[in-house]
Amino acid sequence: MATQSPVNAILDETTSSSTHPSALQILHDWLTTADHKKIGLMYIGYALLFLVVGGFQAILMRIQLAIPNNHFVSPQAFNQLFTMHGTTMVFFVGMPVLFGFGNYLIPLMIGARDMAFPRLNAFSFWIAAFGGFLLYFSYLGAPGLSGAGSAPDVGWWAYAPLTARAFSPGHSTDYWTLAILISGIGSIGTAINIVATILCMRCPGMKLSRMPLLVWIYLVMAMMVFVTISPLTAAQIMLLLDRYLGSHFFDTQAGGSAVLWMHFFWVFGHPEVYVLILPTFAFANEIIPVFSRKAVFGYPAMVAATVAIGFISLSVWAHHMFTVGMGPGANTFFVLATMTISVPTGIKIFNWLATIWGGKIHFTSSMKFAIGFLFQFLVAGLTGIMLGSAPFDWQLSNSYFVVAHFHYVLVGAILFMLFSAFYYWYPKMTGRMLSEKLGTWHFWLFVIGFHLTFDLMHIPGILGMPRRIYTYEADRGWMMWNLLISCGAVIQTVATLIFVYNLIWSYFKGPVAGADPWDAWTLEWSTTSPPPSYNFAVIPGVSSRRPLWDLKHPEDPDSNYE
Amino acid sequence: MSEAVLIPHNSTEEWKLPSRGIVGMACLILAEAAIFIIFIVAYIFYIGKSLTGPTPHDVLSLPIFATVCLLSSSLTVHFAVNAVHVGKRTLSSLWLAATVLLGGIFLTTTALEWYHLIYRDGLTIRTNLFGTTFYSLVGLHATHVIVGLILLAFALLFSLRGDLTPKHSERLEVLSLYWHFVDAVWVVVFLVVYVLGR
Repeated sequence: MATQSPVNAILDETTSSSTHPSALQILHDWLTTADHKKIGLMYIGYALLFLVVGGFQAILMRIQLAIPNNHFVSPQAFNQLFTMHGTTMVFFVGMPVLFGFGNYLIPLMIGARDMAFPRLNAFSFWIAAFGGFLLYFSYLGAPGLSGAGSAPDVGWWAYAPLTARAFSPGHSTDYWTLAILISGIGSIGTAINIVATILCMRCPGMKLSRMPLLVWIYLVMAMMVFVTISPLTAAQIMLLLDRYLGSHFFDTQAGGSAVLWMHFFWVFGHPEVYVLILPTFAFANEIIPVFSRKAVFGYPAMVAATVAIGFISLSVWAHHMFTVGMGPGANTFFVLATMTISVPTGIKIFNWLATIWGGKIHFTSSMKFAIGFLFQFLVAGLTGIMLGSAPFDWQLSNSYFVVAHFHYVLVGAILFMLFSAFYYWYPKMTGRMLSEKLGTWHFWLFVIGFHLTFDLMHIPGILGMPRRIYTYEADRGWMMWNLLISCGAVIQTVATLIFVYNLIWSYFKGPVAGADPWDAWTLEWSTTSPPPSYNFAVIPGVSSRRPLWDLKHPEDPDSNYE
Repeated sequence: MSEAVLIPHNSTEEWKLPSRGIVGMACLILAEAAIFIIFIVAYIFYIGKSLTGPTPHDVLSLPIFATVCLLSSSLTVHFAVNAVHVGKRTLSSLWLAATVLLGGIFLTTTALEWYHLIYRDGLTIRTNLFGTTFYSLVGLHATHVIVGLILLAFALLFSLRGDLTPKHSERLEVLSLYWHFVDAVWVVVFLVVYVLGR
């Protein structure tokens, strides 16, 4: 079936015959690597580390809120917890894990041996990693000489004028600003790399119209990073100027505008949600077809919908600001823009359903999480429509309903699809399968915990519970809901621990995967698991969207139909 | 199937991809443009909103000479790329030197302008919203000019040493793209700060 490459075997022998490296050599190897696969794995490992940290913060907050008038953490510590939780999850979990998968998969999927700029890649990773550690160093360094403050406590969107020197003395806010500024530089570097890799490194025959949808979506996502992260970088520079040089960008007493910061932040903040969720759409586009044993339905429509989401998402930011008082004209515009973006998103959901429809579905752990993603993303979209209409938002803005809505997106959609991607690509990255038995436990426990927490979280929101309060009175009627929500958080923690255990156990004891355990169709499955450092001994060529299908079915290749 | 498979490709098919240097620089320019847009939006938003003086009308004068210098440096760097492309070393050194000189003149006039604003008119970044937005926007642009000048000075050094050969012309072209961008941003900054804002 497959033509064996003699060159590959020779090269493999040279690597296997080398002596066993010492721990120091391995460390040196990882610290100095410019290999896209190692950098991708470091991104993922770094994100998992911060996922555990951010999850731990969430658990602390849920313990505090489980019962009324609780004194588990102080009000000051609670402010720091939700600030660090939000900042960590968005900038030091979401971005790096998605860049990690992109780094690992894009060159393999387009038949390239590395990213376009391997050293820029290493630089971007290390500076982003430095940003994360800088943020957490604030617990030690922020009191500084003045002795004021500890970790940042201004909320993850850090509204002015709370961030001004007068209201945030000490260095905690500076750590927050610098950590985000620095990790943003890393994000832009990686995004440049992704675009240049996709446009300039494709193997022969890999036209844009034949690229795997994952690669297409990462292209759009990286383009969005340029116009999303950069405004945040600019705003952070302004904030630093305000805090250090005494300028007046967000200083209301000198005529500056606090609302301007809100605009600048959300010009970043809302497209950022799409930057985070587009790669999970990308995973769905690879995983759902393989486990439905069908080619993806509506490839051109998927590409068009992705590009449409990219553009429309740039014009919806102020739906975070309906309660500011922007006037009926602006409110109407942002309501309509928000409604419009559900059209391309809906196209995607229908395409996935049509891909599954009539397929021979394989319910692996990966596919289970993907189906959970489909369902929960739909629900998250529905509450999004509710909050996207200004009158409804006036009632529920800054309540737990909003918290429930965006956690439905971030956990129910993004995290579920990430888990799915882990089960799907772990065999390629390590050469071993993840345990399906543990995977099933992980899935069902996580589904139960997720729905217990985030379905119920809508209700105290409707009952008037504001977000970011550290405790509440017993007579509010929120207690039972909060207790159940906290129980769900514990169940999710148990499920996540099972997942982490699975990752470690399977690395040593999991069944050997082989090059192509899922009988999949994209190029990454044509090389060994894990791939050699050069990826492909001979650069492949493609003549359709599913090159491995063509290879396995020479009698009926896809190129006849495209 | 544990070994790598080989998918043969039809070598008769022409396969040409864009240069990664130029694509990478185009992406960087897009990201930088977004940063500038935010600063320009802040500048326009705060025009006329300063609570105290001095105002732009009192203290700013049109930097025509500096603008002419900076914009013509776009031409000279373009000629330098052409000279490197055809392998004319002396000519490329001359055009690069002219570019660095013109950029240097621009920076010097900015420095003089700032000196006068600070010591004659008493306008600093702390004075009012005009000072805040003016120094940050013009300063952001000047920072980009400085970075570009450092890179161009290195290119000039390589050219003088004779290390800049036609095979490096694409790299110089990438640098020239950045320089054109810096010049284009100045056109916008000039219009916003010195024409619209005054």
